[in-house]
Amino acid sequence: MARAATTTDAFNAVAEPRRRQILDLLAAGELPVGDLVERLGLAQPQVSKHLRVLREVDLVHVREEGRQRMYRLNAGPLKPIHDWLAKYEQSWNQRFDLMDDVLDELRQAEERDDNDD
Amino acid sequence: MTTTTSGTAKVTLPADNQILITREFNAPARLVWQAYTTPDLIKRWWSGERGTVTSAEVDLRVGGKWRYVMVANGGFEVSFRGEYREITPAERLVNTEIFEGLPEPDEHASLITTTFTEKDGRTFIEMLCEYQDRTDRDAVITSGMEDGMQESLDALEKVAVTLA
Repeated sequence: MARAATTTDAFNAVAEPRRRQILDLLAAGELPVGDLVERLGLAQPQVSKHLRVLREVDLVHVREEGRQRMYRLNAGPLKPIHDWLAKYEQSWNQRFDLMDDVLDELRQAEERDDNDD
Repeated sequence: MTTTTSGTAKVTLPADNQILITREFNAPARLVWQAYTTPDLIKRWWSGERGTVTSAEVDLRVGGKWRYVMVANGGFEVSFRGEYREITPAERLVNTEIFEGLPEPDEHASLITTTFTEKDGRTFIEMLCEYQDRTDRDAVITSGMEDGMQESLDALEKVAVTLA
């Protein structure tokens, strides 16, 4: 498949909204594939395809339990993405924290004006 | 007054070409709007800890232009400009944004939709930033990393590899 090469990395694996949804579900705990199918409202082959991609980039681990295949999140490969976004988020936090100071002043000025009336 | 909102901005990626930034402010929407659109006030927060805003021009009408310039801590100038598309005071602002440091800046224009929702005297803002494509979006996120240049380069390389 021509597209296979684009899914061999965690960055690409989580670019797909359904796969992010699967990771969100697994973040709460291990789930059998049947539960994932039910909660996502997708056909089993589609879910299996997404799980295969996530397994290839080591974002999920699987084990057999009786006749069930149990999936769980392996968050390690997400760390570079998290770090990458965290720095950007931090730059907005710095901006908005300064805006808090501006807003405090505007509010105090309004209160003063009200008292003057 | 104690500020309980410090450090609470959230960044998510709703789609391949989008960044969504959300934050609550302990002030009514009319004041958040004022801080967001008044040049002298923009100068006090827009550069964050990364530098000093040297110019903020705002022609707040549909079709009007804006331009912000800052001198970053490294001594270099960073400037953005754009145009206002929709203005509903204290509720909604839609504008384009162009980073002037790019070789063909107009080709990488993004669209920023900011909504202001007031409840009980507090204001929740959502900034949806829509880029031309994922490459542009990822470049913006990566440019936000000024600390730890090596990490930044590692992340860039990782993105470059996935796009190859």
